[in-house]
Amino acid sequence: MSSSATNPTLGVDPLKKAKRERNPNEIGKKANFLINVFFWLYTAACVLPLFLVIAVSFSNERDVVVDGYKFIPQTFSLDAYRFLFEDWTPIVNAYGVSIFVTVVGTILSVILMSLYAYPISRDDFPHKNFFSFFCFFTLLFNGGLVPFYLVYTQTLDLKNSLWALIMPYLVGAFWVLIIRTFFKTTIPVALLEAAKIDGASEFRIFGSIVLPLSMPVLATVALFQTLVYWNDWFMSLLYITKDTNVSVQFLMYKTMLNIQFLSTNTQAAAGIAAGGGILSFPTETVRMAMAVVGVGPIIFAYPFFQRFFIQGLTVGAVKG
Amino acid sequence: MATQDATAALQPGKRRTIPFFRTVRKYWIFYVMLLPASIVLILHNYLPMFGVIIAFKNVNYADGIWGSPWIGLDNFKYLFSTDTAWQITRNTIAYNVVFIILNLGIAIGLAIMFHEMRNKGWAKFHQSAMFLPYFLSFVVVAYLGMAFLQGENGFINSTILPMLGIEKINWYFEPDYWPYILPVVNTWKNIGYFVVIYLAAIVGFDKEYYEAALIDGASKWQQTMKITVPLLTPVIVVMTILQIGRIFYADFGLFFQFTRNQGALYDTTLVIETYVYQTFLAMGDIGMSSAAGLYQSIVGFILVLVSNLVIRKISPDNAIF
Repeated sequence: MSSSATNPTLGVDPLKKAKRERNPNEIGKKANFLINVFFWLYTAACVLPLFLVIAVSFSNERDVVVDGYKFIPQTFSLDAYRFLFEDWTPIVNAYGVSIFVTVVGTILSVILMSLYAYPISRDDFPHKNFFSFFCFFTLLFNGGLVPFYLVYTQTLDLKNSLWALIMPYLVGAFWVLIIRTFFKTTIPVALLEAAKIDGASEFRIFGSIVLPLSMPVLATVALFQTLVYWNDWFMSLLYITKDTNVSVQFLMYKTMLNIQFLSTNTQAAAGIAAGGGILSFPTETVRMAMAVVGVGPIIFAYPFFQRFFIQGLTVGAVKG
Repeated sequence: MATQDATAALQPGKRRTIPFFRTVRKYWIFYVMLLPASIVLILHNYLPMFGVIIAFKNVNYADGIWGSPWIGLDNFKYLFSTDTAWQITRNTIAYNVVFIILNLGIAIGLAIMFHEMRNKGWAKFHQSAMFLPYFLSFVVVAYLGMAFLQGENGFINSTILPMLGIEKINWYFEPDYWPYILPVVNTWKNIGYFVVIYLAAIVGFDKEYYEAALIDGASKWQQTMKITVPLLTPVIVVMTILQIGRIFYADFGLFFQFTRNQGALYDTTLVIETYVYQTFLAMGDIGMSSAAGLYQSIVGFILVLVSNLVIRKISPDNAIF
């Protein structure tokens, strides 16, 4: 039935086993080795594409054009970054837009969603069913892109406004659902009643009892909202045509679409033209350098934040 | 109930007012709390919902969008008389079916392997690496794709294919390859998320089942098939039904960014979302795009509703309502 590879109780020195306190139901060494090899390959598949982009961005343009993209630059070169930062205003500006939208959007959305989730988590609130439905119905039905676009541009007149990037993600019914469930299951009703008897107003109860006790779920929501706002490019694609309101993601998208976008209107173009014209315009490497500049913060922040995301997802999955 | 009694006792002598106003007076602060998000919901969600009526109009800018004449179902008749309606429906559903199957099978396999790894530290490390693509925007993923697939310089065309002695392939102009490329990309990007969900469930299983099985001489494979998979079934069912409910909705980023919206690929890459975007914002055809959008909203609504009803039967905790 069980081969030695899958049953660890066979063929293991009992003394050694006792020393290392092995779980008797562990997989065999061979199987463990194969799994490890497999995961190293998978990890490589997840990380290497990023290395390819980074390598190309540090390559010499001529090498890239002749030999294609390589994982190891044949000639190390900073030309792409030099070109990119010749005129750094678009990049700095894009970072400003992204940071503003992400910070304001995340803070507002956590406040709005927890304010909404609290009343509908209270069983004694007579209209909780109506307001729950009012929110959760948006998970079932949506008007689609065309009316959404027309409402934003014609009715609300948000074309080219940063609010057009913030408002779409402010209230997510799914997150309201998770916050409500957290309020309901984690905060004892007795505590709320005691506070009420002591004369605390509902706002006070919410602010000094409910919110402090709900930090785990609020932190999760804030983390995911940060990601949503930072990574969004779709709303910019729909609503932003003004150069000063271009976010990092949208700048990357525009650069991919048309490398000229970086050089038009900027001194960089003049500099490049003076320095040798079209021939020295490092299109391929600059494009990849733009991707590196855009993705950098995520890659640096990732090792510190990923475990919170994993924990957060699990909270949502179990309680959802 | 207890809360109700307690608060009712605090506010005596309000008998004569109508119940509704009494509720409003007593809970006015709740309405204040509900107000800001309600305004956003109305502006962002409900106004566009009423806006779907433009699918029944012949919109022209002379009369304005809301003043244009009604034309009944003409937009839909025109939409469904084209091959495109069938094509985008087929693409959307077929890709989603493939995605659901791959996500399910691969994520469960990976989650079980993670759980069995002897060194938990390395398991965490690999899991983090696997979760990384989930955090990248599709703009970034499109860059990564371009680094591999680009016609002249891409890594595959410049390095891998010459090594194998195969001629360069013009990836962004050959629609035949994309039904294979897109599922790979989708799995690569999202599998980390599903692994987290399934692994969380597996970690929570009672160890005694496995200890008992070990005493009975069950192999790891038998334990997996006879204990882990059956215990996982509720999670699998819920996750799958949730995804089936979304089968009419595609990931706009994947189909728009990763394909770089190449017209040459539309035969195998155009889905409802990208079609609506393309017809509306690139071609300015409000009639066709709003009809396709409403078609998606209505079928999607029915599917989400049905899947939610099924989930409520199986696992009330996971139902939306």
